[in-house]
Amino acid sequence: MTTSIDTDLLGATPPGPMPSRGGDLIADLAAAGLTGRGGAGFPAWRKATTALSGCEAVVIANGAEGEPLSRKDATLLLRNPHLVLDGLALTAEAVNATRAYVYVPAGPGADTITAALAQRRDRVSVAVVHAPDRFVAGEESAVIAAVEGRDALPRFRTRPAAMSGVDGRPTVVHNVETLAHIAMIARNGPSWFRRTGTQDEPGTFLATVSGSVAMPGVYEAPVGIPLDDLLAMAGAAPSVRSVLVGGYHGVWVPAGPAPLSRAGLAPYGGSPGAGIVHALPAGRCPLRFAAETTRYLAEQSAGKCGPCLNGLPAIAATMTALAAGRAEARRLDWLTGLVTGRGACHHPDGTVRFVRSTLTTFTAEVDAHRHGHCTTGVIA
Amino acid sequence: MTARLHIDWTACDGRGLCVELLPEVLGRDPWGYPIPHTPGPIQVPENLIRHAEKAATLCPLLALRLQHPAHPPAAAA
Repeated sequence: MTTSIDTDLLGATPPGPMPSRGGDLIADLAAAGLTGRGGAGFPAWRKATTALSGCEAVVIANGAEGEPLSRKDATLLLRNPHLVLDGLALTAEAVNATRAYVYVPAGPGADTITAALAQRRDRVSVAVVHAPDRFVAGEESAVIAAVEGRDALPRFRTRPAAMSGVDGRPTVVHNVETLAHIAMIARNGPSWFRRTGTQDEPGTFLATVSGSVAMPGVYEAPVGIPLDDLLAMAGAAPSVRSVLVGGYHGVWVPAGPAPLSRAGLAPYGGSPGAGIVHALPAGRCPLRFAAETTRYLAEQSAGKCGPCLNGLPAIAATMTALAAGRAEARRLDWLTGLVTGRGACHHPDGTVRFVRSTLTTFTAEVDAHRHGHCTTGVIA
Repeated sequence: MTARLHIDWTACDGRGLCVELLPEVLGRDPWGYPIPHTPGPIQVPENLIRHAEKAATLCPLLALRLQHPAHPPAAAA
């Protein structure tokens, strides 16, 4: 596992003692322009403001990291558990929370957090809740269900968690990296946070780089870093042409100068998401990769919502047939239209995003397969 | 003024009552689950709100919520 040298979040020791910011923290977060680093990119200060209007709020550090290609949350928890716990304590203080949780898979990350908690005396006591190992376990409503002691599955909601979450209390759920940024902003101020990144999307983010790279691992980089620069840091093979950005719910981006920011990735229909960057090896068939990925995503459906339960396996089967040159892309257009927006969580929507990106990016490949050819070898 | 119809997909079992009561708005997908004729959030026009209310009340799994324009949802967070 590699990390960039110039890193704030992954440093071995938290820089200095935790400051007390009280309610000023929310104004600092608004000035800093920090957005959530778990994937959705929601402004951090707005969750806090909403929760503050209720009482007996709950704050949760979400380190579930169900994405198989992501390692950044686990890495952060191992390297710098106190920075995450500082962010959790500061957020709890800012929203007058009475309960706080760290939601994390059982294992080294949870052990590190438990050990770190034993060294601290936070005003609001923190409980560790184990996240099950499944893709949708980190979805906000699933996190809340787990903290309530139920199965960690997405649930139907019409009100935001910051208004009504755990046991109906206002609940702020932040990704662990977001909390680490909050702790840094509390120490160094909003202008320090804005020293890097872009005007509209300031700060740094943690990227997990994998695939055809010499040094796979977690890198801290400014938001908006050109994809090529990040690939170079990780020693990507020069033959890499297509990069999956944003994970299995993400989109394909050509290896090149595309900025890793919401604005920079909008033309591709994507966003940096949770910072996953996967360089497809030159010899790997993108359609077979997509078939395997959609099969995995179909298996990872919680099975609670009919369109997802039925639609994702149909999409996966069609993607598999497409890779074998036995299906038309048209059928995927139809199937993806049937599942979009029809679930308690965004699992169907994310799957559709990936499938549609695959179809638009690899049009020539789809056509070749239809004629019995594959640019990377033979059709299985 | 339209009302917004929410479907609790974790509760819906595709019994189809809503599709019978609100055919102007809903059809059935290949698996029997309700699907709006127009993609996106399900908007119920004023003249059909009474029927939508009936569908919400009669759904055997109580999977439908009708959000009236008089009670707009609070800002998302």
